[in-house]
Amino acid sequence: MKEHETLEERLTQQGISRRSFLKFCTAMASLMALPPSTATAIAAALSQAKRPSVIWLSFQECTGCTESLTRSHSPTLESLIFDMISLDYHHTLQAASGFAAEKSRDDAMRDYYGKYLLIVDGSIPTKDNGIYSTIAGRTNLDMLHEAAKGAAAIVAVGTCSSFGGLPMAHPNPTGAVPVSALIKDKPIINISGCPPIPAVITGVLAQYLTFGSLPDLDELGRPKSFYGETIHDRCYRRPFYDQGKFAKTFDDEGARNGWCLYELGCKGPTTHNACATTKWNGGTSFPIESGHGCLGCSEPNFWDGGSFYTPLAAPTADISTIAATAAVIGAGAAIALSVTDRNRKKNAQQAHEKLTVKDLT
Amino acid sequence: MNPEELLYWLRGTGLQIAASVFVLGMIYRVLYPLLLGRKKNLAEPRGTEWGPGLRTIWRRSYALPELSPRGKLTVIAGYIFHLGFFITLFFLSQHIVMFRGILGFGWLALPRSVIDISAILALAALVALLVHRFMDPVKRMLSGFEDYLSWLLTFLPLLTGFMLLRQIGFDYIYLLIMHISSIELLLIAIPFTKLAHMLTTFSARWYNGAMAGYKGVKA
Amino acid sequence: MSLPGVRLRDISIKVENNDTSSIGNISALMVEIATLLEKFIATGATAQIDLKSLPLGQHEYVMLRDTLGSGEVSARLDAIGLSEINETKYPGVWWATHHNIEGDIVADLIEITNCPAILASQPQDMKKGLQNLQAAIPSDINY
Repeated sequence: MKEHETLEERLTQQGISRRSFLKFCTAMASLMALPPSTATAIAAALSQAKRPSVIWLSFQECTGCTESLTRSHSPTLESLIFDMISLDYHHTLQAASGFAAEKSRDDAMRDYYGKYLLIVDGSIPTKDNGIYSTIAGRTNLDMLHEAAKGAAAIVAVGTCSSFGGLPMAHPNPTGAVPVSALIKDKPIINISGCPPIPAVITGVLAQYLTFGSLPDLDELGRPKSFYGETIHDRCYRRPFYDQGKFAKTFDDEGARNGWCLYELGCKGPTTHNACATTKWNGGTSFPIESGHGCLGCSEPNFWDGGSFYTPLAAPTADISTIAATAAVIGAGAAIALSVTDRNRKKNAQQAHEKLTVKDLT
Repeated sequence: MNPEELLYWLRGTGLQIAASVFVLGMIYRVLYPLLLGRKKNLAEPRGTEWGPGLRTIWRRSYALPELSPRGKLTVIAGYIFHLGFFITLFFLSQHIVMFRGILGFGWLALPRSVIDISAILALAALVALLVHRFMDPVKRMLSGFEDYLSWLLTFLPLLTGFMLLRQIGFDYIYLLIMHISSIELLLIAIPFTKLAHMLTTFSARWYNGAMAGYKGVKA
Repeated sequence: MSLPGVRLRDISIKVENNDTSSIGNISALMVEIATLLEKFIATGATAQIDLKSLPLGQHEYVMLRDTLGSGEVSARLDAIGLSEINETKYPGVWWATHHNIEGDIVADLIEITNCPAILASQPQDMKKGLQNLQAAIPSDINY
């Protein structure tokens, strides 16, 4: 069994001072959305932490998650890859290709069996034995089962691997499923989002690396530190929601005043993610700050949850036609039954025979 | 079925079912007695039916001043509930969004503070009426399962709606699911319970007024 | 493709006024900082507020800078990127902004303490420094 050196050993070799290391830990605490006072605990843990071997498998996906990660600002991707983890296989980012690439995965799986972290982005097609997505002639299904066996934990990056995402959307032609539908015997962390916030990906990896344990997860397997609250809960436009001030179109007075986007279909109230605080592009902005409602991309079924522009309060199907049909049927039933009952009454009257003395004797 | 799927179903198919049952049932309940008709009247009336009938529909909305204190509570709380319920139902901006989704048009919303007050008043009035129903021996004797069911089905949409706006107790999505399902239950129940009075009360009032306006015997 | 006669500058965009755009975070933060400072004076318990975890409005960050102002001490660290550690005009309230090598802010903290811990020399660094210092002393000198 191979062992990587600790992070502190690597940093010392590079001539990084203890003060710099403490600063790094402060940044890590902020990144992991932990209280700043935990920086000391992080420093103590990281001093002893071994760099884990990481195998990254990309299945039915668009590479958006990797694109997102490569835009991670804090810490940078370079420091993440070279200082914090040993990224032994990632078919988009690695230099090796072909047989050499597949060999590096096999080597890592053998050398760090039971210890490596498996990261998956993309859903896994299961229809027709999973033939709809293959790498080096092997199905994703097969590769996942093989790689999951020796993994210490699995991180599902992105909504596709967490909840099925776009490939699983109706009518789901490839029988796509999320990782959690196939792997039941390993701890799975879901980092949902389309794509997930880069700092959330690195934050979760950092937390695993720092404390060697999984973070607290919600009922959907997402880290509570990032997915514990809804976009709506932490939205800077929330006061307008509470006051009932809504933009009605994307260019009206309300929109220009920065009012709540609820009536334009914002899914912030039902979406758990850290966009409103962590934000995007190095803390520049997030969709609502840019004037567009939340799409709800970090929740299950977000592609099949109705239009992005239908307000949460509005129906997702045609109600008026059905109601009008019901009205016609109701009227028809009333007419038919009233006619029948009138006839019954008339018939009863006609059939009525007068009571005579004869009947009583 | 996860919460997202359930919410989508409730906003789509669920609402279609509830709206259909409500519309079908209510149309039937209003039309059937009217179409059944009355016995042909051969006598000559001294008055008219239509004018007094329509007037009574309106006049019955007045509260009578000479009520006993206990009757007063029923009337006042009843009024507050109905007004609060209608203001909340028709003038909360989220509800107007829903009506626009169904009818294709909307109208101006009232400020949130007004809605908050109307919703709280409606809830308080419902609670007062329930307590009174328990306390008053006559009312208690007259009340059956259907009365309490109707009360509950009316109370739940208001309560869950208020919790939803204030985000009390649960995640938004669960509150929204509870709110929409409580409304759908209410819609389905209305045609089968006394709650159908929301429309039949008008035809009943018309008959009352018409009878008084007729001023004469019938043959 | 652009519509004839419509130019970007024709679309009226409202620019928020710096003075009026707080959504309430500033006053809430002031109260929190005051409470923490009170506690620090009474018990010596230091505290930190992570500004990156707060949903600050568009102009609130600048407003907070203006509100807290600058005091007597301002320090710069050069430790895997620049760090600016300034005492605000309220002694005991420090503002520490840590950048990485690329210049992005990696941590942004309000610290309630008499001196932020990161300013102090670290024992490990001192030991290493002593070795270097000793090595720098010419070998013919005894001390």
